Amino acid sequence: MAGRLGLDTPSSLAAHRDQHGPLPTLPKRHGGSPGGLVDEVERAGLRGRGGGWFPTHLKLRAVVKSSHERGRLSRTRQPVVIGNAMEGEPASSKDEVLLAASPHLVLDGIQAAAQTVGATDAFLAVHRGSPSIGVLERALYERAAARVDDVPITLVTPPARYVSSEESALSHWVGDGIGTPVYPDRPFQRGAAGRPTLVQNAETLAHMALIARHGGSWYSTVGAASAPGTTLVTVGGGVARPGIVEVPTGTSVADILALCGGPTGPIRGYLTGGYGGGWVAGSGFDAVAWDPDSVRNAGGVIGASILWAVDETTCPLEEMARVAAWMAGESAGQCGPCMFGLPTVADDVRALALRQFDEPGMKQLRTRLGLITGRGGCKHPDGTARFVSTGLAAFDDEVALHLDGRCSVVGRRPVTDAHALPVPPVRLTAMDPDGRDFE
Amino acid sequence: MTSTTTQQAAAVLALDPIRCDGRGLCHDAAPHLIELDEWGYPVLPGGTVRANIAKSDLAAARDATHACPVLALHLEKPPPPR
Repeated sequence: MAGRLGLDTPSSLAAHRDQHGPLPTLPKRHGGSPGGLVDEVERAGLRGRGGGWFPTHLKLRAVVKSSHERGRLSRTRQPVVIGNAMEGEPASSKDEVLLAASPHLVLDGIQAAAQTVGATDAFLAVHRGSPSIGVLERALYERAAARVDDVPITLVTPPARYVSSEESALSHWVGDGIGTPVYPDRPFQRGAAGRPTLVQNAETLAHMALIARHGGSWYSTVGAASAPGTTLVTVGGGVARPGIVEVPTGTSVADILALCGGPTGPIRGYLTGGYGGGWVAGSGFDAVAWDPDSVRNAGGVIGASILWAVDETTCPLEEMARVAAWMAGESAGQCGPCMFGLPTVADDVRALALRQFDEPGMKQLRTRLGLITGRGGCKHPDGTARFVSTGLAAFDDEVALHLDGRCSVVGRRPVTDAHALPVPPVRLTAMDPDGRDFE
Repeated sequence: MTSTTTQQAAAVLALDPIRCDGRGLCHDAAPHLIELDEWGYPVLPGGTVRANIAKSDLAAARDATHACPVLALHLEKPPPPR
């Protein structure tokens, strides 16, 4: 099928209007009852594309309820909407690709969301230095000139750090200029400046803009019943043409790989979901349907819809070691098990990759992975621990070789850049001790 | 370490992991309830930041919350029985 999100269209407001027409006028929120789109979003079965795949209508309702709880809507309880295009997962490029082609679909989605929850302030967040900044500045200028938006949208550029794209960290940054996760309040309860805050991924917002035009029943005609619609998949590693594809949810992994020119060789395993996701062994996985439930049942995590193939030219343990070290460095340094646990785990994986590790070390590593899970203020330690533990399970044959001082890849072929998981350059400026500007 | 899978929880011991500095005084106050990991940070029963506390452990849990110098531990009402 042709894509819905217009990845092959020009990005101007005029082209957007030609293709989609104007955003319909939506019913305004009235008191404690949400306006706009909430029923249509529920009918659509839309689930958040940022990684959690949480039902969007529940989030919309939670923000409305939270802002209405103390009676009359005061200025300090008026909701805030934040579009999240931070794309903290280094292996993902879907939000950047979506914004380059269809910025107005995302911005329409922010409008629709703002009207649904009765927000008075709306933001779109892309990371500092993002290539999307130029296209968004132009798009916002076009909209201001054409007076499209009821609720003004402000472009914000938080630091390009992994945990700064987490929704509580993003609310924290928009409210207070500090890009660290917050505990225990969730953004819908107390978000930016203490106000109920809706944080939605950019792709989710683009889907909402389509639902606003075509309705929920139209939306759910495509994709898996448990998570309808299409999804932007970032496909990388051992495929002929790595890139972004839009497919209906539930498309088989084999079909997704075929859209990217097919695998470059036998695939030993896949990283699903990103660096906070999970590894799965290669055999049999290409038959799995790419939707959150099917991927989870197969032992993976769909997350931000990243599918990274590791073929036989790459040592998966070396990949894991590089990524684990980077993830350890991306800790906000707020919680002990993350601040101290992740570097310890990363050192263990590095020793394993270098074939300088032993069975007692492995046993201790597994204990550590269990110990750091579930004890942070955000899910960064859990995601990193899962990245490592699922990798050790998916590549247990390679682990055994390494413990024996061998490696199946060394001496065969060097890893090419295209096959290496992307790890951004390490920043030498650490967060300052007070946790102020997290950059 | 006492877990409360079989008996009704009297309270929930909740840790704010961001506030926690790993001073370890909670472990000193309630060593059978709170262990420390290899970096000196508390591990509650069940291994997450929220632990169901049986009535027999309530006093120890209260001692632990009082011992924390940075107010990272507190007791909450138990979840309603199902």
